[in-house]
Amino acid sequence: METLYDKLWHQHVVHADANEPESMALIYIDRHLVHEVTSPQAFESLKMAGRKPWRVRSILAVADHNVPTTDRKNGISDPISRLQVDTLDQNCEELGITEFKMDDLRQGIVHVIGPEQGATLPGMTVVCGDSHTSTHGAFGCLAFGIGTSEVEHVLATQCLLMKKAKSMQVLVEGELGYGVTAKDIALAIIGQIGTAGGTGYAIEFAGSAIRSLSMEGRMTLCNMAIEAGARAGMVAVDDTTIEYIKGRPFAPQGERWEKAVENWRTLKSDPDAAFDRVVKFDAPHIKPHVTWGTSPEMVTTIDGAVPDPLKITDEVSRHDIEHALAYMGLSPNTPMEQIFIDKVFIGSCTNSRIEDLRAAADVVKGKRLASTIKLAIVVPGSGLVKSQAEREGIDKIFTEAGFEWREPGCSMCLAMNDDRLGPGERCASTSNRNFEGRQGPGGRTHLVSPIMAAAAAVAGHFVDVRTLG
Amino acid sequence: MEKFNTFTGVVAPLDRANVDTDAIIPKQFLKSIKRSGFGQNLFDEWRYLDHGEPGMDVSQRKLNPDFVLNQPRYQGAQILLARDNFGCGSSREHAPWSLQDYGFKVVIAPSFADIFFNNCFKIGLLPIVLKSQIVDALFTEVKAASGYRLTVDLDAQTVTTPDDQQFHFDTDKFRKHCLLNGLDDIGMTLQHAEKIKQFEQKRRAEQPWLFT
Ligand code: SF4
Repeated sequence: METLYDKLWHQHVVHADANEPESMALIYIDRHLVHEVTSPQAFESLKMAGRKPWRVRSILAVADHNVPTTDRKNGISDPISRLQVDTLDQNCEELGITEFKMDDLRQGIVHVIGPEQGATLPGMTVVCGDSHTSTHGAFGCLAFGIGTSEVEHVLATQCLLMKKAKSMQVLVEGELGYGVTAKDIALAIIGQIGTAGGTGYAIEFAGSAIRSLSMEGRMTLCNMAIEAGARAGMVAVDDTTIEYIKGRPFAPQGERWEKAVENWRTLKSDPDAAFDRVVKFDAPHIKPHVTWGTSPEMVTTIDGAVPDPLKITDEVSRHDIEHALAYMGLSPNTPMEQIFIDKVFIGSCTNSRIEDLRAAADVVKGKRLASTIKLAIVVPGSGLVKSQAEREGIDKIFTEAGFEWREPGCSMCLAMNDDRLGPGERCASTSNRNFEGRQGPGGRTHLVSPIMAAAAAVAGHFVDVRTLG
Repeated sequence: MEKFNTFTGVVAPLDRANVDTDAIIPKQFLKSIKRSGFGQNLFDEWRYLDHGEPGMDVSQRKLNPDFVLNQPRYQGAQILLARDNFGCGSSREHAPWSLQDYGFKVVIAPSFADIFFNNCFKIGLLPIVLKSQIVDALFTEVKAASGYRLTVDLDAQTVTTPDDQQFHFDTDKFRKHCLLNGLDDIGMTLQHAEKIKQFEQKRRAEQPWLFT
């Protein structure tokens, strides 16, 4: 009896030392996604060693971290960013790698475009030099982030040396309440198990609440698996998965499609498969969440308050909370609804897909940004998401409310381009990390769902989106 | 990769849990297309009083005297003593590169984030997991004695204190072998090239849709 993770693992073992079952195995990689930040050194070493990519067609490349989200006619103004993007273009051209360049409609955040193109398929191993590769696990595949040396290793050998992880099942049963999203499930999980709770594990998300999530929602959840410490998150294949993939550019067609679907239907844990750890959540009890600190586990519900370090007995965590509150400029016991914000960011590989934008637009429709908001931006996950949204008039809803409607990319999720917070600025952000300086030096990030960000944009402070009606 | 030899080095204590890769090396330095030169920006936001950008001359920048690595007693440190979940966050190998470029050969912590842990081995930086109580005790000792050193023996898998207390640590056999001999694991994997090809052919025949 195998878990989904066991199945995916066993189907990819090229070589394992029979005498050392606990040691490293050689694992075959089906899809390699590449972006500009973690690849230049890998390409350089590959060339220096006189090697070539093992299977060029397994690779899909895109520049996303450094690209500007405003007018792109004049290219990238920062010369260092430009060099990095140019380097990717050159490497791809030289080696014949498929790349969606900056002016391609299909360009976008690497974890948005893989699924959007059907380049992410069930049963695959998917890797990328980026920790949020866990996103792709939503499709019943084994997807995880790797470092630059491993990028080179995959380029050169189509394989990785790995140790099998332990397995964790996160069961979420029941129906989610109104105004509660996959992002809130993710934050609730991290709030409970902590940012290291999943370390050493591959997480499978299961239960009726997960099965009723759309693919977008499942991607949001798997995206945040790494924030719980797990390199990989995954969801079993079902009709929702198959419906989503159908007709996408890289997806099989005709007779091949039928055979593929038959195979994909087996990609779920056997009913009595044993997990090393099981954690359970009641979906109806999950509320909208907001982070208050500098780690995703520093989170509470919208009806909660900033914690009081004086009430914490453990010395190390008290110290961490004090440090975080000082950085965040927050006083103990402040109700979350009384925290006022300066900026709003709707975007990132966590929450920049069409469904996220639709939901946020619904909240904003016919309203205006609060007068105290200095900047609110919407950054679609890809050019295709952007054009779809424009066809639906979503861009107008945002711009009429006072939001800026931008070009696709990572943007203010990590502020490698010009989109960033100033020191002390407070942001409601739909991204995945609230680390110190993540959105700009001195910037203060509160992670929320797209509808919670939209509601905060209108109110000027965090507010329970469920009360807006 | 350089061979990992037994050595004795100064220990610097970084007394914070959940030190993330953004803190180890902030993203503005990730724009480099090189593998070296990251050491000067290790812990940039904590280490300097101003905001750092690539290309700045660090010798002109004001150091934060309170930050541990700026204290005279920890100069030349080769061992970083850290807390739980060190290296969480992104997959950037720039984090271990910057630690190594600064001069660290070993990071000791009660636990590490998975990707960071894995990345360290690829470049010959040794992450050592010791029990929380031992790490707690080491923090106390390091802070009490200036010039405190530990000896790390990878072959024997031990960490030894100045007063000869010895702590054993676990490590994967294959990774240890690679570190001790300075082996490039791409070369080792390519010894299995035939096996990879066979695997690939079979997979292509059975699931051709994976190869578009
Ligand atoms: S959107 Fe943010 S988290 Fe996602 S890949 Fe880009 S920088 Fe990383």
